[in-house]
Amino acid sequence: MNTQTSTQPADLLPATAERVNDFAIRIATVNGTGSASANGLLMQAIFRMGIPISGKNVFPSNIQGLPTWYEIRVNGDGFTARTPHFDLVIAMNPQTYAQDVASVRSGGWLLHDSTWPMDDALQRDDIHFVGVPLAQLCAEHFEGSRTRILMKNIAYVGALVALLELDMDVVEQMLAEKFAKKPHLADANKVALALGRDFATANYSCPLPIRLEALNATADYVMIDGNTAAGLGCVFAGATVAPWYPITPSTSLVDAFTRFCKRFRTTEDGEKNYVIIQAEDELAAAGMTIGAAWAGARAFTSTSGAGISLMSEFLGLAYYAEIGGVFFNVQRTGPSTGMPTRTQQGDFFFTAYASHGDTNHICLYPAHPGECFTMARDAFDLAERFQTPVFVLSDLDIGMNDWMVKRLEWDDSYVPDRGKVLSAEQLDQMENFYRYLDVDGDEIPYRTVPGVSEKGAYFTRGSGHDKYGRYTEDSELYQEVVDRLKRKVQSARTASPQPIIERQDGAEFAIITVGANDAAVREAIARYNEAGVAVDYLRIRAFPFADSVQAFIEEHDDNYVVEGNRDGQIHRMLLLETTVARDAITSVRAYGGMPMSAFDVLSGIDAVRGGAPEGAQA
Amino acid sequence: MSWIRKPVARHPNLPKNALGLTARDYEGSLSTLCAGCGHDSVTAGIVQAFWAESIEPHKAVKLSGIGCSSKTPTYFLGGAHGFNSVHGRMPSVATGANAARGDLTYIGISGDGDSLSIGLGQFAHAIRRNVNLTYVLENNGVYGLTKGQFSASADVGSKSKKGQINEARPIDPVMLALTLGATFVARSFSGDKDQLVPILRAAIRHKGFALIDVISPCVTFNDHKGSTKSFMYTRQHDHEVVEASFVELQKPIETKQGQGDATRVRLFDGSTVVLRSTADGYNPTDRNGVYHYLSECRDRGEVATGLLYLEENDSDMHSQNRTAGGDMVNVPFDVLCPGQDKLDALMSEFR
Repeated sequence: MNTQTSTQPADLLPATAERVNDFAIRIATVNGTGSASANGLLMQAIFRMGIPISGKNVFPSNIQGLPTWYEIRVNGDGFTARTPHFDLVIAMNPQTYAQDVASVRSGGWLLHDSTWPMDDALQRDDIHFVGVPLAQLCAEHFEGSRTRILMKNIAYVGALVALLELDMDVVEQMLAEKFAKKPHLADANKVALALGRDFATANYSCPLPIRLEALNATADYVMIDGNTAAGLGCVFAGATVAPWYPITPSTSLVDAFTRFCKRFRTTEDGEKNYVIIQAEDELAAAGMTIGAAWAGARAFTSTSGAGISLMSEFLGLAYYAEIGGVFFNVQRTGPSTGMPTRTQQGDFFFTAYASHGDTNHICLYPAHPGECFTMARDAFDLAERFQTPVFVLSDLDIGMNDWMVKRLEWDDSYVPDRGKVLSAEQLDQMENFYRYLDVDGDEIPYRTVPGVSEKGAYFTRGSGHDKYGRYTEDSELYQEVVDRLKRKVQSARTASPQPIIERQDGAEFAIITVGANDAAVREAIARYNEAGVAVDYLRIRAFPFADSVQAFIEEHDDNYVVEGNRDGQIHRMLLLETTVARDAITSVRAYGGMPMSAFDVLSGIDAVRGGAPEGAQA
Repeated sequence: MSWIRKPVARHPNLPKNALGLTARDYEGSLSTLCAGCGHDSVTAGIVQAFWAESIEPHKAVKLSGIGCSSKTPTYFLGGAHGFNSVHGRMPSVATGANAARGDLTYIGISGDGDSLSIGLGQFAHAIRRNVNLTYVLENNGVYGLTKGQFSASADVGSKSKKGQINEARPIDPVMLALTLGATFVARSFSGDKDQLVPILRAAIRHKGFALIDVISPCVTFNDHKGSTKSFMYTRQHDHEVVEASFVELQKPIETKQGQGDATRVRLFDGSTVVLRSTADGYNPTDRNGVYHYLSECRDRGEVATGLLYLEENDSDMHSQNRTAGGDMVNVPFDVLCPGQDKLDALMSEFR
């Protein structure tokens, strides 16, 4: 049974109750005006106060001049999934005033630039308007229109210092670090901060009932986006060749790889132990990745769904010719160009079976930047061990937003799993070498790389071949190879990252999810628990699915499969790839382009089960 | 069946190269192309050139796309890794392999359909990147495996086997390569091995992308009267403008006499190519002049052949990248992985 979720928030919390370290802010600005650094400053300052936090950048596919929003959620309990309920909206963009006023939850606050009066038609009597004459203050204290625009952003951060009790010392320390080499900028920023803070203090009762209080809950954490973590993971995993084609939201992954390679992979003479190639299109990027992997390098490319469409021809070749390569798919909203700057989990089905003919691919599904780092390493190991393309599917939310994750760690005893690669010496001792022969009975043949020896030479082809690597048009000889390929990829299910399973005593039902929804589902389960309902949880981390996925489903009468696409793709894959009863799993989906919230999960499940637990709204 | 091995019996007096190998050691399996196919002559030329260059077979890498021409890597260098990729995409696979192992010798075989229609983009960008690759374009103006459609290199007015006249203008890979900045541009004829082998040898030695457009008539679908890619037409309209003699280790030996001035181009590895123009005033190192001269040949209906343009400099893909050594596959892991201490230090920047 399938249900569709609503995104309309329910508003239950009393507006005036004091809520320490538990609120959400939405900042509406114009892209290209420097607001990103102010928002980053705000977020990092709260993080340094030891308070769990998350930030979601809701931006246009545009360089300058269009509306953009930045959402910050503060939650002392560590629930940092997106919430659609905003306690405080900072309206810096007159273009979107109407929308921004409407987005404040009843009883909340709207901070706006009161240099100009706000249209009476926009007034709401169930929210508080906090006017700060930001433009006027900055015009009085700064020269030059560019500086004034930039400083307006810092001034609203200043107002928040007073309104939310943001720690001024922390903010000033960060400015000092940021502008260590440009002290005059640090001074200007301090002036702007003080302008906002002093005006708020003088004109409003500070702090507001929503406010911050220092905690010690972020000491072991860092703020990092998934693309940065994945790019870093590729450096640590020993990737040397990275062909790619720019596409939002994956571009920053190769940018990060480039940055870390410059830092960690450049010799004293300025020579590079890496090759990054900006290809002419994703087709070529895939071809180069496969060429480099075939030649023995750890090679990867990074793209988004539209790029995978173009790469599909090569993915079939790599599958059939048994060439490992790593393909990052930082998913965005499809189909076609879709909404390039909105997130979605829309490529699960496509990537699992990409290319014509019978193909299936190993896919890994990170839930946060920490797993982007570890799964980058896992992906190279799996690609080389199983000699087949491996996808890592994150999404725009994981890839481009800063997440609070445990400090990344690396085990120095790690040795890359290169799989069955024969050296010249090993080849010498063999009677014959046949590329596609299953010598060990584990479905995985031995491979050689170019340059090793004449004995190891073979002819790689995407055309029909027998187990000796010879061209064939014989039915049995052809089938013998493709049947082994199916078993080979299936066997990766025990070597891939296993599902995360968390059971509760007396669980009434189970939730299954994948990827970034983890945060929202965990929060939803906590709400169910508060209402006295126990829920079991499983997060799928790889395809082909581990055997424990089927076993888990069979333990429960009701399993809700929560995912971020219209068609319930993981739900569909579970029906195809397991033998669970069709009515044992129910699809719950949110796919409008925003990161999933606990509200999406709760309302989606409640729409099927009926009777939401009291207070179970996020 | 293309995997059938040739008889192992060999003539006892076959000449040996510096490695002690005979040309037979550079052959592959039996060709399955049509009897008389021009491509088989190109294959023979490649065997000869790699043998003459004394390249260890396993240090060579051969790649191709899809089509009759792309089948041929099975027929030479049996001791080299080969990669028959997908249609029109050989340049990207070669680029990736070369990125990983720039220390090996790469030869890519393609055709006019593979390079000038489906693969035009990849062909152009491999030139632009100056991938160190000998790129042999076996050009017959026709799609053979799908039975006789015109390709993008078919000349206006050329007649197909079924009697159709081609109206669309051709894409000339030589002119295209010149405008894209290719550093080695040659055209030859599968029926002229004396010309082809020295060009192949120079191309193998050249550091960068070397295009050899080889007119290689299709005996089954495009060798009839009215075709401008037939053996007869090519023999009648072939106009060799540059003779190339390949000279090893800076000891110039001019093997053939021609008119005009000789131009010596020193290759990056220290060997020398002597280019002797058979046309007055032709300078094979002047890109604009070459383009102009070849345009006039084309207007006269002549097929200009020879090593038409050569520029030797240190600007191939790896040089541009400043890659440390050519081999990215065998770099020790501890050089590649920064390790826990550096990660710890880095993590403090994310707070």
